[in-house]
Formats: sequence, structure tokens, C-alpha cells
Amino acid sequence: MEQIAEGSLLTLIWVGIVGFAVFMYVLMDGFDLGIGILYPFAPTEEDRDTMMNTVAPVWDFNETWLVLGGAGLFAAFPIAYAVVLPAMYLPLLVMLVALIFRGVAFEFRFKAQARRHWWNRSFFLGSLLATFAQGVVLGSFIQGIPVEGRQFVGGMLHWLSPFSLFCGAALVVGYALLGATWLIWRTIGPLQDWCYRTAKRLMLVVLAGVAVVSLWTPFLMPQIALRWFSMPNLIFLSPVPIVTAALAYALWRAIDDGREVAPFALSMALFALSYLGLAISLWPHLIPPGVTVWQAAAPPETQVFLLVGMAFLIPAILGYTAYSYWVFRGKVTGAFGYH
Amino acid sequence: MDLDPLILSRIQFAFTISFHILFPSFTVGLACWIALLEALWVGTGKGIYRSLSEFWTKIFALSFGLGVVSGIVMSYQFGTNWSRWSDTVGNVLGPLIQYEVVTAFFLEAAFLGILLFGRDRVPRGIHLMAACLVALGTLLSSFWILSANSWMHTPAGFTIRDGRYFVTDWWQVVFNPSFPYRLVHMVTAMFLTTSFVVAGISAWYLLTRRYLDHARLGLSMALGLITVLAPLQIFLGDQHGLNTLEHQPAKIAAMEGNWEGGTRAPLVLFAIPDVKAETNHWEIGIDGLSSLILTHDLNGRVPGLKEFPADERPSPAIIFWTFRLMVGIGMLMLAVAVVHLVLRFRDRLYRTDWFFRVLIACMPIGFIAILAGWFTTEIGRQPWVVQGHLRTADAVTPSLTVAAALTSLLAFVVAYSIIYGAGTYYLIRLLRIGPKPLHDTGQPREAQSPKRPLSAAEPGDDHAITPAE
Ligand code: HDD
Ligand code: HEM
Ligand code: HEM
Repeated sequence: MEQIAEGSLLTLIWVGIVGFAVFMYVLMDGFDLGIGILYPFAPTEEDRDTMMNTVAPVWDFNETWLVLGGAGLFAAFPIAYAVVLPAMYLPLLVMLVALIFRGVAFEFRFKAQARRHWWNRSFFLGSLLATFAQGVVLGSFIQGIPVEGRQFVGGMLHWLSPFSLFCGAALVVGYALLGATWLIWRTIGPLQDWCYRTAKRLMLVVLAGVAVVSLWTPFLMPQIALRWFSMPNLIFLSPVPIVTAALAYALWRAIDDGREVAPFALSMALFALSYLGLAISLWPHLIPPGVTVWQAAAPPETQVFLLVGMAFLIPAILGYTAYSYWVFRGKVTGAFGYH
Repeated sequence: MDLDPLILSRIQFAFTISFHILFPSFTVGLACWIALLEALWVGTGKGIYRSLSEFWTKIFALSFGLGVVSGIVMSYQFGTNWSRWSDTVGNVLGPLIQYEVVTAFFLEAAFLGILLFGRDRVPRGIHLMAACLVALGTLLSSFWILSANSWMHTPAGFTIRDGRYFVTDWWQVVFNPSFPYRLVHMVTAMFLTTSFVVAGISAWYLLTRRYLDHARLGLSMALGLITVLAPLQIFLGDQHGLNTLEHQPAKIAAMEGNWEGGTRAPLVLFAIPDVKAETNHWEIGIDGLSSLILTHDLNGRVPGLKEFPADERPSPAIIFWTFRLMVGIGMLMLAVAVVHLVLRFRDRLYRTDWFFRVLIACMPIGFIAILAGWFTTEIGRQPWVVQGHLRTADAVTPSLTVAAALTSLLAFVVAYSIIYGAGTYYLIRLLRIGPKPLHDTGQPREAQSPKRPLSAAEPGDDHAITPAE
């Protein structure tokens, strides 16, 4: 395999960009998928309208980060794209079909009269399955993908394992937490009360899930165990679990105190730390266990060509994302959005 | 035909892209039309522009939603089904697709929210700007994706090391030889497609004597555009063909159903190409016309399929027909434009029922021409996926099994059928309901919440009022 100079700054920047895009996707689509997961459990049908309307102006925008993550991988690390996607063929299929049904539910649900419950179901199942499939992809990615030459050499069910299924379930609860805390921020009244109660329960399950995944991962991969539990790493890395615990406590208090914005911010911070932990476990591998980011990187002429544009475009995107969220800020009640 | 992952992946790609392209074909033109209406509204303060814009925005949003979800499927298929392709040409095409995402999709998606929901939340100028940026976004995404696609027809600006492609000159990659032709031909095709839909819907309202003001305005604007673009498209298509003759002569030979090649070649009007016997049956041709069209000289030399090795030729069986279908529709569009001019000068444009019927019948022709054109282009490139370099058979994912490929193909067919069925149903309902009445005050309706497309379909809304004649 041709190798880019180890430690190349360009490659590092690209790792940063793709990592950032994936993380943005997880946060942004995370809360709107979470709303889909909570959907059938909401107290009333009007609450469901409101829930959907809190994300109506931004959902397709959130989903665009998924395309950015995928396209970024393709552009900056083509071999990773060519190996990871075939390995995940079936879970990705589930994710795509689920996203289709969920995406059109936004448009169709408010037009359907008698068949409205169909689109409710389509929104819920689409969100649930898409999330679960993403968790499975994540889990089986951590477990490693067999590569020979420049191709994936496993079977079509290689992704299937207890660990990957567990990750799928954990992500479902995680997104639901993001969704519930987002709703705390954006809604009022009985729906908001319901969200406080739900968020609290979800939070406990999420913490348990994070703990299990964190302990399970090093057991699966000795490499990862070595990364975390050898000296001096043990000391350098100990802030990660400590801060996580502190955040969990703060989130608990924020929910109890009836704070409105803090629960969402803290849930996002919890995700950020889990993501950081994952990055620490895997670095410098882009396709565990064998392929490093240096081996997978596109040649410099490709990296530079793209970077020129990104330098302007990413700040611009962040700018108008902020603007768009600001335009639609404030509490959402029955009067806004779809009817 | 044996089912192998290759043929299944090809069918799946053809199916999903054909489905996807129907939506951009319509939304690109529509976004520009909405931006124009918004500009007219801000400029003149006439309520009819705003109410027409609101009506088409609802239809736009629905089509756009379907375009987004079907597009996400496309970008993942590159990796799942065509992993060898991704690995081989990723250094070249990856950045083009990445630029599409960051320049186009984010622009569209971010400002779509403001366009749809923001009318009462942002100043009028910002709302207009959002409409323009959405339109710009759709055009930019056409730019990048067509550049990527054109590169696969006429690759340029690269070298090959260890079987993989490395860029030597980005300018040549982006502006590869067929790209300018494909871009203008395709964008014109999209505008024509949208114009025919707008004209058809307007004609339907006129025929059934509803929303007359809206319908006259829509009809007039759409037919005006068609009158300019239909002849232009024929010219652009001709130029595109000349360019293809230069770079992909085998494709031209297959489109023309020409086996022997040579000078003074006939234009084949009808034939059943027989790939095994390497000849045409029941051929009817006009002597010398093919030479005339392709070389602008009656005795010019044109290529024949037999000049190419058998394993490097595209099959004429389908593209001979799809090409004729497209050109036929091009001529039909021109005819519509001419009839419209005649009626307009006689001042009968808004009173000729048979012409309304013609326009209603013509609503789908843009879509049909676009699909026919793409089938011609893409099948004409076979057996290559990157012309002259990478065969389609070498591009498919090696680990893919028949069972997995079949599962995904069936899943997409089922999912798209449901979605498409429901989408068409709601779309027709929206069209039946028609535009909202005028509010000529120049003031945004306060306290009226912005509505998402199709929501007008709810009963009891105030849309049933027809502007008085
Ligand atoms: C000439 C125009 C054109 C062509 C040939 C294609 N597309 Fe497309 N695509 C668009 C024009 C467009 C658009 C106008 O920008 C869309 C359509 C409706 C929409 O929502 O945006 C879009 C949406 C769209 C989306 C969703 C974007 C979002 O999140 O907003 C994706 C991921 C793709 N496309 C990907 C593809 C791929 C991988 C293609 C080729 C195989 C492709 N498109 C062909
Ligand atoms: C948008 C309109 C398009 C349509 C209707 C279309 C249609 C098709 C069809 C029918 C095939 C199958 C040819 C065959 O296998 O015989 C094909 C192949 C292919 N097209 Fe396109 N195409 C379109 C745009 C694009 C674009 C924009 C790209 C890439 C950027 C692209 C990439 C490919 C690839 C990689 C193949 C090879 C796989 C295959 O043979 O099926 N196409 N396309
Ligand atoms: C009579 C006039 C027309 C001529 C002579 C013509 C010519 C051509 C040619 C030669 C190609 C193939 C280029 C290649 O494969 O490299 C093509 C492709 C295409 N045509 Fe046309 N065309 C005409 C009318 C139309 C119309 C009316 C539409 C749609 C409204 C249309 C839409 C397309 C599309 C979407 C493609 C595929 C993309 C591309 O390669 O540009 N064409 N046309």
C-alpha cells in the first residue's frame, strides 16, 4: 500500500474535517432521529405535531452532514470508503431505506388524513431502524474490518456480532436522550414535563450503555486495552472518564432543577466525550485493525485542491447554520410549521 | 441472463439514478422560477406573484424532499456497489462530489427552511435571498455532479500509477471535453421540463376555468421560455453530438445504428438493430443525411460499429431508440413553441381549448426526454465506466454476493414504488386544490403561520375561493 508521509499535516487536517463532519452529523441528526424514536410514546397527537415542527425547518439540513461525512471519506480517504461501505452493505441498506421512509414522512404526514397513522409509523420505524443500523455500523467498525490488498475480504454478514447489536441498541437510547433534551428546550407545558421525565430515565440507560461499551471494547481488542490501561496513558487519559462522570452528574442536576437549555448542551457534551474516547481507542487507524490514516490518505494534490475550498466553505456553512437555527429559535407551539 | 452481482448492481444503479434524476429535472428549473416570482413580488408588490410563488413552493418542497432522500442513496451506492471504482478514481472524483456537497447541498438545505417556513420570520429581502440561494444551490450541484459524470465519458488531466488515477491538472479534470456541452444541454433540459409542467398545469386550470389570473401568468411565462429554449436545445444537442463524435465515436455509431461507417452515410429513421448478425433489419434511411448532420458535409465520413473491436462496442439495441425518442421530443417542443407564437400573435392564446389539451398531454415529455437522453449517454459508454480505461465489470465490489445485491435491489424497488405512489397522489391533490387567492395589499398576512407543502390539502382551508373572472 502506498503510504503518505506519517504525520503529514494535510492528512491530519483531513482527519479533523471528516471527524468533525461525522460528529456534527451524530449531534444534529441525532436529536431529530431521537424525536422520531420518542414519537409514538408522546402523550397526544398534538404533541406529535409539535415535536415534528421543532425540527421541520432543519431536518434535511441535518441530514446533509451525513452526505458530507460520506463524501469527505470518499474524497480524502478513498480506500476507506471502498472498504468500509461494502463491509457494511446490509446495515447501510437498512439505514438508507429507513431514512427514505422517515424523510418523506415529514412531507406526507401532514397531508394524509385517514392514513396519517401510517406516516407516524413510518417516521418512528424509519428513525428507529436508521439509528440502530448506524449503531451496528459503528460497533462492527470498532471490531475491525478484514482487508487484503485494497479490498474488503469478509462476508456479507461480517458486521453481525453481539457487540455490534449492543452498540445499535445503545445508540437508539443515546439519540432518544438527545431528542428528549432538545424538546425540553423547544417546547412548553405538559409535553415539556413529559420530556423531563423521559430524559431522566433515558439518561440512566445511556450511562449504563456507555459504561458497558467502554468496558467491552478493550476486552475485544487487546490493542485498545493497551492504549488505555498501560502507563503513562492511564494517567493522561483518566480525565476522559472523570469528566464524563462529572457531566452525567451535571445533567442529572440540570434535569432536576428544570433547566431548559442545559440538559441539551450537557447531552451533547456527553456525546462529544464518548466520541473522543472512541477516537483515542482507534487512533491512528482509519480502518481497524490494519489500515492507518496515513495509508488511506488521498495524495497531496487531491487533499490540497479540496482544502482550498473547505477553508472558506466550512466557516460559511457554520455561519449560516447558526443563522438558520437563530431564525427558528424560541418555543414551538401548535401555531408554527406544518399543520 | 445469469444474475450476477455486476448485472444486479447495474440494474440497481440505473433504477435508483433514473428515479433520482426525475426530481432534480424538475426542482432545478422550479427553484429558479420561484426565485424569479419572489423577485417580481418584492419588486412590484403585486400579490399575484407572491401567491403564485407560494403555490409552486409547496410543490417544490415535496419534490425536493423526494430528491434529497433518493440522492443520499446514490452517494452511498458508489461505495457499496462500486467499491473498485471508488478506489480507482476516488482521488479524482471524490473532491468533485465533495465540492457538490459543500457548495450546493448545504446552501439548498439551509435556505430551504427559510424559504418554506421563514416568510413571517425574516425581512422580505432575506426571504428573497433565500429563494435565490436555493436556486443557486441546485444549479451548483448540477455543475459538480455533471462535471464528475462527464469526466467518466471524457477523462482528462490525470495519470495512472499502480492502476489508480492521480490528478495532474484540476482545471482539465473539472472542465473536461464533454462537460461544457453536457452542462448546458442538461440545464436547458431541466428548464424545458419545468416549463412544460408549469404550462400544463396552467393550461389545465384554464381549461377547467379556475384560477384564471394565476393560470394566464404561468402559461405566458412558461411558453415564453419554451419558445427561446426549444430551438436553443436543438442547437445545443447538435453541438453535443459533434463533440461526442470526436471523443466517443463508437457511441455515435451505436446511436445512429451505423454498422459499416464511411462516407455519405444515411440517416436511419427506422431499423431493428441485430447485434449478433452485426446488421440492421427493416432499415429505412435517408441517403447522406447522417453525414450531413454529423460532419456538416454530405460526403463526410462517419464511424461504423464494425470499426471497433467487438468487446469495446456499445450495443445499439436500446440507444438507437432512446436517442430517436429524445430528438423526436425536441422537435415536438419546437412545434409547441411555434404554435404558441401563432396563437399569441392572433391573440387567441388564452382561448384555445385544443391547445390547452395539447399542453396538458405534453406535461411529462421533458422527463421522458431526460431519461431517454441519459440512457443514450450512459449505455452508449458501455462496456466502459471510465471511457477507454475502466470497464464496468472491473468496477463492481468484489465481495458483493448475489443474495445481497438482489436484496438491496428489491428493497429499493419496493421502497421507491411506495414512496413514489404516495408522492404522486399527494402532488395531484395539491394541484387540484390550486393556488391561494390574492392578497394584493403588499402586506404579509400577519398571524398566519407559514405552511409546509401540501398542507393546503387539509379541508376547510381558505383556498377554494376562485378569483373572480
Ligand atoms: C443535473 C443534476 C443532478 C444529477 C445528474 C444528480 N443530482 Fe443529485 N441532486 C441534484 C441534482 C443532480 C439537486 C438538484 O441538487 C437535488 C435534487 C433535489 C434536491 O433535493 O437536490 C439533488 C439531491 C441529491 C442529494 C441529497 C442532497 C441533500 O442532502 O440536500 C444527494 C446525496 C445527491 N443528489 C447525490 C447524487 C448522486 C450521487 C448523483 C449521481 C450518481 C446525482 N445526485 C445525480
Ligand atoms: C442523472 C441522470 C443519470 C441517468 C438517468 C443515468 C443512467 C444510467 C444508466 C441507465 C446506466 C446503466 C448503463 C448500463 O449499465 O447499461 C448508468 C451507468 C452508470 N452511471 Fe449513470 N446516469 C445518470 C447520471 C450519472 C451520474 C451523474 C453519474 C456519476 C457521477 C453516473 C455514474 C454512472 C456509473 C458509475 C455507471 C456504471 C454503472 C452501470 O453501468 O450501471 N451516472 N447510468
Ligand atoms: C432535437 C434535439 C436534440 C439533439 C440533437 C440532442 C442530442 C443529444 C446527444 C447527441 C446526446 C448524447 C451525448 C453523449 O452521450 O455524449 C444527448 C444527451 C442528452 N439529451 Fe439531448 N438532444 C436533443 C434534445 C433533447 C431534449 C429536448 C432534451 C430534454 C428536454 C434532451 C436531454 C438530454 C439529456 C438529459 C442527455 C444526457 C446528458 C447529456 O449527455 O447531456 N435532449 N442529446
